[in-house]
Amino acid sequence: MATIPVEYGLFLAIILFSLGLVGVLIRRNVVFILLSVEIMLNAAGLGFVIAGSHWGQADGQIMFIFILTMASAEVSVGLALAIQLYHRLKTLDTNSISKMRG
Amino acid sequence: MDIVFYIASAVAIICTVMVITRLNVVHALLYMIVALLSVALVFYTLGAPFVAALEVIIYAGAIMVLFVFVIMILNLGPQTSQQERLWLDGRIWVGPTILALILIAEVAYVLSTHSTPAYTITEISPRQVSTQMFGPYILGVELSSFLLLSAVVGAFHLGRRRQLYPEEIAVSAAAVEQNTSPQGDIQPEPQIQSDIHR
Repeated sequence: MATIPVEYGLFLAIILFSLGLVGVLIRRNVVFILLSVEIMLNAAGLGFVIAGSHWGQADGQIMFIFILTMASAEVSVGLALAIQLYHRLKTLDTNSISKMRG
Repeated sequence: MDIVFYIASAVAIICTVMVITRLNVVHALLYMIVALLSVALVFYTLGAPFVAALEVIIYAGAIMVLFVFVIMILNLGPQTSQQERLWLDGRIWVGPTILALILIAEVAYVLSTHSTPAYTITEISPRQVSTQMFGPYILGVELSSFLLLSAVVGAFHLGRRRQLYPEEIAVSAAAVEQNTSPQGDIQPEPQIQSDIHR
């Protein structure tokens, strides 16, 4: 099988996580922000799988499955919120929600 | 096998960069699917075939289809990508990006200075994962079933169109007015009345 230094895998996870974070920071569209959050969760799961593969244990993959569950729950609620936001305010701009009161 | 890992990593990074810089949501979704597929390939080369299959089935299959459905429901027009172009144009985030790149370079330096020897990857079979998951981690499985149930209920509650109260209609109409007026060219009339048909 392959021999890959564990740093390279962690590097990939770090770069993907940073790109997701940059996406959350520079975008103002709710759908893009949700996509960036997905990228970040995926990168975190990648880190778990790399660590589990490094130690030869199945725990990393189990953590990835839990992250997957959490991501799907988060994205369903987040997209429902995006639909509701669009129906009420006719925009996906997150700045428009800052005027929301109680 | 090594070269597969490196190529898949490069494809994943390039696609992720494309995802966060696209103006059109559908283009971003297509790049996102390719990024997820390449991450699945990375999982496979790391000796995790079960997780690679889950990545393709659940992430690239189910979650991205959810995004596509929502975009179809929202029915975004070309003025949305115009708006995105306006938002992305700012020079504000150039400075922070350069500083963050310096930090990433530092992390790279720290990680590369003390290197662990390359290890031979052993494949972890789905059987091992399952016996672990339904053995010591059974509590986590139960908790994630709670989480999924509450997510289903929450998504149903948030996503349905309920009848708006009169003061909510007023607030919403004012917000729509405010959101659409600076653009000037397009004035979609606030279709709030259609929300009270049930």
